[in-house]
Parts: sequence; C-alpha cells; structure tokens
Amino acid sequence: MAEPRPPLTLAARVLGAVLLILLLGGVLVSGSAWLNGQQAARQAYDRILLGAANDIAESVRIQAGTPIADLPVSAFQLLAQAPEDRIYYAVHGPGQVFITGVDPQTEIHAPEGGGGAGYFEALLNDEPARFVRVTRRFAERDFSGPVEVVVGQTLRARRAMTADLMLDALWPMAAAGLVLLVMAWVVIRTALRPLDAITADLARRDPYDLTPIATGRLPRELQVVLGAMNRFMGRLDGQVEAMRNLISDTAHQLRTPVAAIRVQAETAIAEPGGDASRRALDRLLARTRSLGTLLDQLLSRALVVHRTDSAPRLPVDLREVALEIMERDDHALLAPGTDLRLEIGEDPVMVRADAFSLGEAAGNLLGNALRHGTPPVAIGAERRGGDAILWVRDAGPGPVPAVMAQLGSRFNRSAGTQENSTGIGLSIVASVAAAFRGRVEMTQEEEGFRAALVLPAAQEGA
Amino acid sequence: MMRIRHLLLILATLLPAAAAAQEATHRYGSGPVPFLLRSTTDNSIIQPVMERFAERHPQLAITYEQWGSNALFAQSRADCRVGSPPADAVLSSAVQQMVWLVNAACAHPHRSPAALALPPSRRWRNELWGVTTEPAVIVYNKQMLDGADVPRSRFALLDALRAKPGLYRGRIATYDIAASGLGYLFAYSDSLEATTFGALLEGFARVDAVATCCSAEIIAGVAEGRFLIAYNVLGSYVANASAPEVGTILPEDYTLVLSRAYMIPAEARQKAAAADLLDFLLSPEAQELLAEAGLVTEIAAADSGLAPSARRSIPLAPSLLVALDPNRRALLLKFWSDTFGSGGGP
Repeated sequence: MAEPRPPLTLAARVLGAVLLILLLGGVLVSGSAWLNGQQAARQAYDRILLGAANDIAESVRIQAGTPIADLPVSAFQLLAQAPEDRIYYAVHGPGQVFITGVDPQTEIHAPEGGGGAGYFEALLNDEPARFVRVTRRFAERDFSGPVEVVVGQTLRARRAMTADLMLDALWPMAAAGLVLLVMAWVVIRTALRPLDAITADLARRDPYDLTPIATGRLPRELQVVLGAMNRFMGRLDGQVEAMRNLISDTAHQLRTPVAAIRVQAETAIAEPGGDASRRALDRLLARTRSLGTLLDQLLSRALVVHRTDSAPRLPVDLREVALEIMERDDHALLAPGTDLRLEIGEDPVMVRADAFSLGEAAGNLLGNALRHGTPPVAIGAERRGGDAILWVRDAGPGPVPAVMAQLGSRFNRSAGTQENSTGIGLSIVASVAAAFRGRVEMTQEEEGFRAALVLPAAQEGA
Repeated sequence: MMRIRHLLLILATLLPAAAAAQEATHRYGSGPVPFLLRSTTDNSIIQPVMERFAERHPQLAITYEQWGSNALFAQSRADCRVGSPPADAVLSSAVQQMVWLVNAACAHPHRSPAALALPPSRRWRNELWGVTTEPAVIVYNKQMLDGADVPRSRFALLDALRAKPGLYRGRIATYDIAASGLGYLFAYSDSLEATTFGALLEGFARVDAVATCCSAEIIAGVAEGRFLIAYNVLGSYVANASAPEVGTILPEDYTLVLSRAYMIPAEARQKAAAADLLDFLLSPEAQELLAEAGLVTEIAAADSGLAPSARRSIPLAPSLLVALDPNRRALLLKFWSDTFGSGGGP
C-alpha cells in the first residue's frame, strides 16, 4: 500500500493552479494559432494554385478546331513556391476529353456542381492534396465549349507554413507564460511570507507560552485567524490562572481555620467534661460552620470564574436576579428577622451576562449587607443611562475606610478579621463585574451604604 | 486533337515493345544480396565507380542494366503502377522523366548529410538527387577550324553562320530532338533560356544543319571532319570519345548543366543498399572517379573560363514536368520541324 502523500503546501497549490491556468490558456492559444496559421497558409497557397490554373487556362488556344495548351513554365514556377510538393494538372475539353495533363492515367475530377473557380481536396497518389478547377469557355468559329483546367498540389508547404506561423505565434506566448509563471511565483512567495513567519514563530514557541502573538503588520485574513487564536490562548491562560488561584486560595484560606479547628478539638479532648471543653466544642462548631461557608464561597468563586469564561452571554433581567435572591430565603438563615425589601421598577433592566454568575454576585452582596450592615436592607435593580445596576443597601455607615481600601482583593483576611468576612464574597462580585465589563460601586448615600454591581445595559430587544 | 491522339497511340504501341529492352547487363560483386541498378549511363564509363562500390559492399551481387531512357521510363512507370518488383535504384539522364516518376509518388525518400548537402537545384523532395555535373557543350574540329573562328558563345555561332554560310553548309550537327530525349531536353531548356533559340534554329536551317540521333555519331562526325561544329553535345560523351581532334566549348552566354538523376523506387527491395550507393556516389571519392570518367566536370577549371552566372543547371523540379507535357512537346516538335523544314529543305 502506498504511503499517503504529505499534503501540498499553499504555495504549491496556488502555483499548481496558476500552471494549470497557463497550460489551459496555452492549449487554447495554440489551437487558435494553429487555426489561424492553417487559414493563412490555405489562403496563400490557394492563390498560388488559382494563379497557376489561370495561367494554364490562358495558355489554351484553338488550333485547327482543337484546343491545345501551350503550357506556361511561369505556372509551374508559381507552383514551385511550394518546392517540395508534388503537382497535378490536367486540361479537359467538353465531355471530359483529355487534352493534356501530367498523367492521363491519373484522373482527378472536381466534385459535381458549381462552375467557375472551385477548390476541393482529394488524394493525389495516396497523398492528401488540394485542387482548384478553372473553366474557360470558348466561342470560336471552329470550337465552342468549356475547357476545364484542374491544378493540384500536395500539402507539404501548407503544413510547413502552418507550423511556422504557429511557432512564430507561440514562441512569444511561451516566453510570456514563463515570465508570468516566474512573476506568479514571486507574488505567491511575497504574499505568503507572513504565514511563513507565523509558522516559524509557532514552531519556535514554548508550549507553555500563552502570550498573544503580535498581529501588527499581518494581512486582515490572518489577523482574524490570529485574533481568534489569541483569544483562545487568553482564555486558556485565564483558566490556568484561575486554577492556580483556586489552589493557592484554598491553601491560604483553609490553613488557618483548619489549624484553629485542630486546636479547639485538642482543647476539648484535653479537658473532657469541663466548662472549657464545652466552650471549645461550641467554638469548634462555629469554626466548622464558618469553614463550610468559606468552602462554599471558594467553590462558588471558582465556578463563577469558570462560568464567566465559558458560559454563553444571554440576556438577563437584573430585576429577576434580585427577585430570585429575595425568594431564595438564604437571608433568613444568615440574619433571621431582618427587614429585607425589594425595590424594582416597571421596566426590565436587561444585560447580557450569565444569570448564575449574577446570582452568585448578588447573593454575596446581600450576604455582606446582612452580616455587616445595619437593617433594614434593600435589594434592587435599576437602569441609569447606559448602565444597568444591581444593588444592595443597608442603613449603616459602611465599612471603615481601611477595610474599604482592601475590598475586592482575594487575600484580605488579616489576622483581625473573622473567617466569614466580606473578602471572598466581594472578590466574587469583582470577578463577575470584570467578566461582564462592569464595575463594583460602593457609595454612601442618605439612606445608608450602597454596594452596587454596575454593568453595561443591553440594547432593548437585543 | 487527332495529332495528339496519334502521338499517344504511337507511344502506347512503342512502349511495351521497348519495355524489356535493356541494352546490356553487367555484374559486379558476388555477394548473397541481389541488387539491381538500372541506368542510362554506358557501363564502360561508370565501370570504375561501380567496381569500387562493389568492393566496399561485398555482400551485394550488383546487376547493372543499361537501358535507353524512354524504355527505362516506361519500365519504371509500369513497375510503379502495377506494383511489380522494380529496380533497387534508377539512374537516368532523362531527368524530366525522373521528375515525373517522383511526382507520381514512385520514389522512396532518403535523408543523409551527403544528400542534404546538395544544392536545391540538384535535389527534390529528398526523393531525387542529381549525382553528376555534365555541361551541354559546343564541340568543333580543331584541325579544320581556326582558333579565331571558334565560336565562344551562341551569338558568335550565329554570326559565324551568317558570315560564312558556305563554310558551314551541311557541316553543323545537332540532336534530332524528335529522336533523342536528351536533345529534346536541351532544346526545351534552350527555349526557356533565351530568344537565341529561335534564331539559332533558323540559322541551322539556313546552312542545312544535320539533325541526327546519337552522341557517338555526332562526335565521330566531328572527329572525322564531316562536321565542323556540333551544338548541344553532352560534355561527358566528348570526354569519353578520346578524340584529340575534337575541341570543347562551354558557351559563354550560358551553359546548360545536366545532373543525372538518381532515384530509389518506392517498392525497391534493397532500399538501404540503394541509399548506400547514393551516399557513395556523392562522396568525394566517387565524385573524383566520376570526374575521371567525365561525368563530373569542374566547370570553373574548364578550358573556357565560364562566369558563374552563365552556368544554368537544369533543376530537378516539378517545372520539368512541362518538358514531358504532350501538348508542349507537340508544339516544340512542330516549331522544330517547321523551322528546319522551311529553312533548309532537303
């Protein structure tokens, strides 16, 4: 079995196509040149033939009531323009009576019909030849009637002339074809040079290097391809980064609570039955509960980061997100009895985003307000100019400025803060905002402190 | 019309009778491969060339048949038409007949450097080649004609005929063109070449010139002194007649040059050997032998310095077909006999 051929290079394909076109053109031009040459040769030699036949017809005279041809050498010198060709001539009187001719035994007669000068083709001693018939009419006292002259010649000179004319026409064409081919090659090489550069760049590239490829001076088609590739690599880079963050966050966030749980557990074991043991068990319970929340948040953040990268952007009404949060009743667990209000308008507040991620962000905002804020807490969605806003407001003064400055970063768990801090929650909000080209806004208003996720509003109906 | 019919009838009755009429047969070599050459050339003249060729090709058993030109033509034409085995090669001085045969597709083409080196006038379609160079000359008797009286051109001959009709009466000889194919060919070529032809015929008629058939007879007549001058004699015959009394003149106005034509019949059995013979005949060695035999005349070296422009080869070309045309032949013969008949009168 033959080994499959390696696929052709782009340059080879284009060059092959150009070659094919040139060859087809060459065949067409050759055909046309051959036809032209044949016609020219036919016309030229037909005139010679006719001239010779007329010469011979002119030489016929009537002598004593009999036509006699005083064969002119000039006619044969005319025919000798085709020096290599065999000749036929015959002169016939009325009723095909032989007057003179090259060979009385070789009779070639014109096809029936049509008087006067007529060309025809026939075999002359088994070689194709062309003939002309000229009829001269006599009306003398002692002779009247037509005298028919047939002159013919084989086709060597015609063929040679056809070939000459064709070659004359084809040489420049062949040269032009060659020049075109060289030019096509140069053009193809030039056009494909950027592709070669990219190929070389990709071949050289470290497999872990996910930085974008420069698309600066590339042709537009390639920019599209490279742009897509760069976007893909960017996303891959983001995923890798997110995974790395998740691992490092998890390690960072879990180490302290797990150590604390171990200490509490050891305390409880060391003093069984005592009051201290009882306190330690209480703390152990609180610690594990808080650890569960932390784990939830870490996973939720990882999920959000993943989804913002991969989930399709769909039209989402922010009012629905707020409503869903209200109805989820998580807040009843966090802060039972807190007054929670929903403030939404009549009109939809549309964005293009992932509903799940938005829900997580809103949940975290609300969670923060319930945990750290002052009731009553309100959640709402509104549209302001080109912005669609999902916000949570409490009646308190908001966090202290030192905490404000750190908000949103992943590692804001200083020694002094509690495990169930705002840290990871707000970083989720920040990630969602960044993923959907929005921002997080923290403002102190008359009614209290408001934390808002501001996203670009989707066009109506879009 | 009736006259032409008659002519054809006579030809038709004569040709079959002449068909088996080779004059002599000679053999060269005794190899296993038979090779038949038909020629109009006297065997005695061409013998050294054929012997040398037979030496070079010992595998051949060469049969050299010597024919009269008309009989040879009839035989070759019949072979070509009927398809009976022809000769392996034909060499004839009646070049118009050879042109006719080639024109009738009776010849086999051959290409070789030697053949292609021939000038166009001595080659046609690579099927017919002129292998010799033989001028048509004026011969005279050296003893009886003063150096000053020797005509160097046709004009001089015409003037001499006018000036001294008494001297030349009955003592000018030329071919009878009705009887001699070669004479006819020369007369035909003369009639194309110049207007002197008509004047010359009239001049000949006035002095009762003798039109006779054969080269040998004419040359012998000049040698014996029966004729003072003979017009249009093939130079090679003079060279071979070994008659010291006979002088030769290449006419300065123009000299016709004949090349015997060589042809390989289309159905020849030994085409390769025939091609070898052609190449041999054209080789310098054979040309030298032919020159010794008088069949190749280096015209520039002849006793009369002849300008190159005066050299008129009879070209191997289809225009020679005119020479064979029955009407044309009839007209020329009529002109000939009218002139001779009216002027001279027996």
